[in-house]
Amino acid sequence: MSKIIASAAIRGAYKIAEQAEEILNRAIKEKGNDCPVEFPNTGYFMPIIYSMTGREVRTLADFEEVLKDVKDLLPPHVDDDLWVPYLGHALDAGMATLFAEEVIEGCKYLIGPNPVDGIWLGAADDIILRERGIQFVDGTAPGFAAVVGSAPDVETAVTIARKLQERFLYVFMCGHYNGTTFSEQLVEGGVQLGWETRLVPFGREITAAIYSLGFASRAALSFGGVQAGDFRRNLLYNKNRIFAFVMPLGEVTDEWYATAAGAINYGFPVIADSDIPQILPTGVCTYEHVVSNIPHDQIVEKSIEVRGLKIKITKIDIPVSVSPAFEGERIRKEEMHCEFGGQRTPAFEWVRTREINEIEDGKVVVKGPDVDTLKAGGKLPLGILIEVAGRKMQPDFEPVLERQVHTFLNEAQGLWHMGQRDINWVRISNGAAKAGFKLEHIGKLLHAKYHDEYSSIIDKVQVTLCTDEKEVLKLREQAQAVYAERDARLEGMQDEDVETYYSCTLCQSFAPNHVCVVSPERPGLCGAYSWLDCRAAHEITPSGPNQPINKGACIEPKIGQWERVNEFVQRASGGNIPKMSQYSMITDPMTSCGCFECIAAILPMTGGIMIVNREYAEMTPCGMKFSTLAGTVGGGNQTPGFIGHSKHYINSKKFIAAEGGIRRIVWMPTMLKDDIKDTFIKRAEDLGLGGEEFLKKISDETTATTEEEVLEFITKAEHPAMALEPMF
Amino acid sequence: MEAKERSCDKASQEMIELMAKAGRENAWDRLEAQSPQCGFGKQGICCRICSMGPCRITKKAPLGICGADADTIAARNLVRMIAGGAAAHSDHGRDVAHTLKMAAESDSCDYTIKDGLKLMEVAARYGIKIEGRETNEIAKDLAETMLSEFGKHEGTLISAAAYPPPARQKVWEEFGVTPRAIDREIVEIMHRTHMGVGSDYKNLMKQGIRACLADGWGGSLIATEVSDILFGSPWPIRFGTNLGVLDSEQVNIIVHGHEPTLSDIIVAVSQEPEMIKAAKDKGAKGINLSGICCTANEILMRHGIPVAGNFLQQELALMTGAVEVMLVDVQCIMPALGSLADCFHTKLITTSPKCKIAGAQHIEFHEDRAIETAREIVKMAIDNFGNRKGACHIPGVSERGIAGFNTENIFHHLGGRFRASYRPLNDNVINGRIRGAAGVVGCNNPKQVHDYGHLAMIKELIKNDVLVVSTGCSAIAAGKAGLMRPEAAAKYCGPGLAEVCEAVGIPPVLHVGSCVDNSRILTILSNVVAEGGLGEDISELPVAGAAPEWMSEKAVSIGMYFVASGVYTVIAEPLPVLGAPNLTRYLTDEMEKDVGGKWAFEADPVKAAHLMIEHIESKRDALGINKARERKLYDMEDRRALAVE
Repeated sequence: MSKIIASAAIRGAYKIAEQAEEILNRAIKEKGNDCPVEFPNTGYFMPIIYSMTGREVRTLADFEEVLKDVKDLLPPHVDDDLWVPYLGHALDAGMATLFAEEVIEGCKYLIGPNPVDGIWLGAADDIILRERGIQFVDGTAPGFAAVVGSAPDVETAVTIARKLQERFLYVFMCGHYNGTTFSEQLVEGGVQLGWETRLVPFGREITAAIYSLGFASRAALSFGGVQAGDFRRNLLYNKNRIFAFVMPLGEVTDEWYATAAGAINYGFPVIADSDIPQILPTGVCTYEHVVSNIPHDQIVEKSIEVRGLKIKITKIDIPVSVSPAFEGERIRKEEMHCEFGGQRTPAFEWVRTREINEIEDGKVVVKGPDVDTLKAGGKLPLGILIEVAGRKMQPDFEPVLERQVHTFLNEAQGLWHMGQRDINWVRISNGAAKAGFKLEHIGKLLHAKYHDEYSSIIDKVQVTLCTDEKEVLKLREQAQAVYAERDARLEGMQDEDVETYYSCTLCQSFAPNHVCVVSPERPGLCGAYSWLDCRAAHEITPSGPNQPINKGACIEPKIGQWERVNEFVQRASGGNIPKMSQYSMITDPMTSCGCFECIAAILPMTGGIMIVNREYAEMTPCGMKFSTLAGTVGGGNQTPGFIGHSKHYINSKKFIAAEGGIRRIVWMPTMLKDDIKDTFIKRAEDLGLGGEEFLKKISDETTATTEEEVLEFITKAEHPAMALEPMF
Repeated sequence: MEAKERSCDKASQEMIELMAKAGRENAWDRLEAQSPQCGFGKQGICCRICSMGPCRITKKAPLGICGADADTIAARNLVRMIAGGAAAHSDHGRDVAHTLKMAAESDSCDYTIKDGLKLMEVAARYGIKIEGRETNEIAKDLAETMLSEFGKHEGTLISAAAYPPPARQKVWEEFGVTPRAIDREIVEIMHRTHMGVGSDYKNLMKQGIRACLADGWGGSLIATEVSDILFGSPWPIRFGTNLGVLDSEQVNIIVHGHEPTLSDIIVAVSQEPEMIKAAKDKGAKGINLSGICCTANEILMRHGIPVAGNFLQQELALMTGAVEVMLVDVQCIMPALGSLADCFHTKLITTSPKCKIAGAQHIEFHEDRAIETAREIVKMAIDNFGNRKGACHIPGVSERGIAGFNTENIFHHLGGRFRASYRPLNDNVINGRIRGAAGVVGCNNPKQVHDYGHLAMIKELIKNDVLVVSTGCSAIAAGKAGLMRPEAAAKYCGPGLAEVCEAVGIPPVLHVGSCVDNSRILTILSNVVAEGGLGEDISELPVAGAAPEWMSEKAVSIGMYFVASGVYTVIAEPLPVLGAPNLTRYLTDEMEKDVGGKWAFEADPVKAAHLMIEHIESKRDALGINKARERKLYDMEDRRALAVE
């Protein structure tokens, strides 16, 4: 009976609105209505309110305006008979509830109880959004389950959480039932919570649901190129991209109904364990809106079906579960059974191409003592040699494949990996060892994952795991020679050396005009795709988003325009972008989707540019925070004077070569400076700018926060940009 | 004839019996007196166009004096009916457009723009510049543009290009029936049917089609759109209906006819404190305004004013002896009211210069002194309260329901403010919970048992999961029978439709307004096409239309514009063409090839409902939505392929 749900949701909305008014009055009384209010480190204000209405909440006085919106949205209660249509009203009540809940949580940051408390994390900042939100866009995480309340017991909670993790889903938790919460139950069950494990405890109250939905709204703003206030696109983006759902466990109160009605606006259906009414006709969500009375052992499968989600789970014959959700699981010393590498023992990992008849597919060789010979806390050397063969395999793909070892190993529950090549470090947890995890399982895991993801280029995978120190050292020497050879080849690779660039249109799903053109010296702006990656990706999926572009005749070498590249971009951008330069941020610059690691922006007074990385949340000298700048730069438009780019690109010889390259950089946050330091100094030396000295001439947040201060700093420092021609 | 054979409505039966006892004559009695009716007229083969005639077609004399055959004569008669109907609707549209112009031009006008948002939407469709302009400037431009649509000499109707789906426009263009100017098409009918002009029945029908399209997508549409702008767009609202809404203790004013211009003002004036006080001074408890026919529907949709009855209840309402004033404007007003009112204290007041009735008092209404006239009339009613002759006889029968649906507010009901959309409707048609939709509209006709045709058909449709939208006297019939109660979904519908009604909170029969508001059904269908998933043209949709108790020329125009818009349309009383075999075949069959829709004649409403259901299922088959489909599960690639607009 939808009527019961609509009636309850509307009642709940009034209750939450009342709570919001009450806490806001208290907050204003204590702090004054000009008191600033914000969630920490975000450029998206109160994200639901901001994304739906465009309203930038800065002070408590702005919340008063929000509550006017809430009142305006609150519909009449549903009458017992002769009712007027209530579906639209209930959805409006849901949105009003979310606005009111943001008011409540926002006020809590000011007058308590602090949303960040004990296990509770409160709002996710923009760094987390960048790291995690992108997974919803690239498909690594299909969506999230917003779990509300608590399971009947700890065991059920743990089983549900593990099943959700195994299906790559994030689990966002809020609300309590029966004196406890799902989050607390997981802690009791010994489950590691946090963003790394995709199990996110937002808060004890139902109002903390806004952190989930706010995250979804921000993903649309940040990665979807949706403008604040464009509520329709934001909600449809969520309906069609972020496959989330609500899973209320326990008695559904009016407040829960109201919040769930808010979630249904996003196309997120509700799958309940309790016997509440159902809403089966489709339309706002992809399929059913409310499905109820689902037994706990079926609720995960049912939720996925109701949401319309297809998740491919490859069952790998090893004693632990495998899912990206386990990728972030840490293994602390006391939880560790044994470890390898990490400067404690010699170790390496190496992908090597073989002829098809030289190796045997699926063969796993373990040389030397295994895990079960060790006591808890033990260590061994480890060589991981992955030999692959395939008609389409090329030695250039080796590093691409090798980089995957990190991801593949971390996805196994109870296995932890860090580093790469000969600085790798692997730990196996007590739990995994107890479950019978041995070295051969690493081999089986790698074999399965490589076949799963790279079947179009690899036909055979053979893995050797070696713990015999002598043998490891011997093999490591061979591997090191290959690493050095690769580095030399990659480093030397110039745009001029190749005839073919690659496109990346992966992000056109949300920035339809955007086309990345990836050349050896300009990697994709997200930092995830080098030219080699794109080439491999094209081999793997020939009709995919990475297409070869035979660059054709050069139109203008300095700014980097080629006939066929322009033709391609024009076509792939649906005719919107007729010309595009590979090396200029002023003349026909490359468009940006929304995934860029950094933004370069001109500072006209200084004759130079600033670069800000996504992790930097403070104000920048151009007067905009990263998130605001991102709104200007992203969405697939050409914005002369602004480009989105990867961190790696800064050290490329082709970095805004048309405008003078790194000589133009007059400001970068210290964290970015630290990040790129080593290569940057080398690059500056090559250009005769004086290595470390040049880096010191570039101001940062400790020396300049406004354009005037930047100018003052670089004038004193005699920064080379001062001597350059104006940029335009 | 017993009352039960005349009407299936309890209140009406009671009043019919009362009239019989009192020896007062009504439409049913006059039908009996007229019977048997002229067979030539019924078959459409009597020609009175020139004074060589009248001619009538028989086996012995298959041609008229000029040589016109049965098909020519029937076609000429039929398109002249269309001209009459289209003229009535469109003249109504012209009048409200004129009122809009007055409202825009003068600040002291009794009319103002009540729905600015709709003004912007409509103005945008008519290509009027909106940005940076005052509301009144936009309204004035819109009114003038609309007024020029009636008589312009070049081009085609703006609305015929701005509202229908592109595929539909293409069909008209290719067939050569895109309407040009509203008045022009009507005039051209009169010319073409003059003695000695056209005789090719298909070519005559083509002009009929063009004229009715100028009505549905032109004159009627203007009437609807401008009424929303001037009087406010409807929003779901509760209402009471049937003769039981009359109250013996109050001053009863009934508005009757079709136009909202005066009645909308009467709504406000009748609730003025000084008026209520005056009524109380006369011993009444208050002023009770109610309506009959489409004037009733206009003020019901926007203000929830009760509906005393539909077309065949106009005489019955007077018979209660409780009506102080019956105020009429235009259309569907029986001349018989004049003499019947004389038997009571009731004052019958005509207000339009177009409509004067013998026995009625005429108080001419002019928009520039609307409130003044309205007050005069309401006062007259109050003064008349004390003049009742004997006891009133008001049947204790009334029902309640929800009205007030329109093309625009459906968006909100299906998705709220943030997800406003027709998607849930399309989705549930595609998934088969709703098989399709039917427009059941039209009049009453004493040849059918009053209301029975509407109700039997509607009940059969909703039982088979067909959603019904309704207007005019059909909507009033449904309301009186409780089919507009939201609770009716659980009681009368098939499981699929019931579930959807329950999810949204709507009754299974949606009241979308008066008979000019049939244009709303056209725009709703256009929105359904635009929402996607059900084809590119209205003719592909699983929908059908019906007028089970039609009688007026307006109904012929409405039926024809639905057919010409691609909708299969069933009526009970056949069009007067059965004496013309080729024309009949064209209308009921061949026409579909030209315009995508056709007519069917079926007197039994349940059988008619099944003809509609069969048609709906055939359209579903053609769309490929009748096949069981597996639930599509989306991986990342599938998700990327989904649009986010």
